[in-house]
Amino acid sequence: METPNMTNPLRYEVLNLYKNLLYLGKEYPKGADYFRTRLKKAFLKNKGVTDPEEIKQLIARGEFVMKELEALYFLRKYRALKQRYYEDDNK
Amino acid sequence: MAASGLRAMVGVKRVIDYAVKVRVKPDKTGVVTDGVKHSMNPFCEIAVEEAVRLKEKKLVSEVIAVSCGPQQCQETIRTALAMGADRGVHVEIPAKDYESLGPFQVSKILAALAKKEGVNLLLLGKQAIDDDCNQTGQMTAAFLDWPQGTFASQVTVDGDWLKVEREVDGGLETVRLKLPVVVTADLRLNEPRYATLPNIMKAKKKKIEVVKPSDLGVDLTSRVKTLNVEDPPQRSAGVKVETVDDLVVKLKESGRI
Repeated sequence: METPNMTNPLRYEVLNLYKNLLYLGKEYPKGADYFRTRLKKAFLKNKGVTDPEEIKQLIARGEFVMKELEALYFLRKYRALKQRYYEDDNK
Repeated sequence: MAASGLRAMVGVKRVIDYAVKVRVKPDKTGVVTDGVKHSMNPFCEIAVEEAVRLKEKKLVSEVIAVSCGPQQCQETIRTALAMGADRGVHVEIPAKDYESLGPFQVSKILAALAKKEGVNLLLLGKQAIDDDCNQTGQMTAAFLDWPQGTFASQVTVDGDWLKVEREVDGGLETVRLKLPVVVTADLRLNEPRYATLPNIMKAKKKKIEVVKPSDLGVDLTSRVKTLNVEDPPQRSAGVKVETVDDLVVKLKESGRI
């Protein structure tokens, strides 16, 4: 008997999303561990979802979070550099 | 347009990550680097992004990422490859030479490599966030005898010419430079893309060539001696006051009013 999880075509996509988010989380300002526990919780919360449409929506949400994280990291770095090297710009 | 014959080389430096609190070694010979997170110098990221964007606009045919330093520099090169550079060159510097490696030696290496690779656009960050020298681009341009567009906030290709908008004190200066050119990137040139995990994985297939400074005929003897490395003076703690009167007293005490 095969388990439905192993054959779900979206399984690979979900795993990839998790890996990519985990990688992004390494740089999270509050620490990788903080990020990882919450990431895992968020994925486990939806482990029972079987409707393909719903899974696709959840993947899209994960991808949105990735974009947001990238934007957050960029801004954080940009602001830090601006503060260090362009001190009097906003005075 | 003839400009599609542009070949770009980007210098990337591996530095202590911008978010890390830097600590001075107890013997004051330098800063602690062991076990400290390193990443690509943010200004180098901007330079890589600019090269990749020019490539995406089909103005540049190839982007080569170069880094000088120990083995770990290959991770930095890998990041540049993940961002879109085509191949990497790692100039391997032995640990004992790396400690005294400065902009003077690096610019000699970069100049030699630029000639060897036959590039006509050399993009660098304006400075590195570890030593804050802001010299490598200028000195490389001198060694190559190429024109330089430093502190670039905009770069436009115009045939055999490059128009560079520069951030100068109190405004912007636009210069037109005949290729080949050295450009150093300022903070506002662009917003560098993130090197995502899939792209880092794909970048592992790209080639990184390892060369030695001696292969390039570069002598690494340093003329600079580091005498002492110290922490910046600590900011003294502030005081809290309860009332306006206390504030006035305190301000008078410190001679502000």
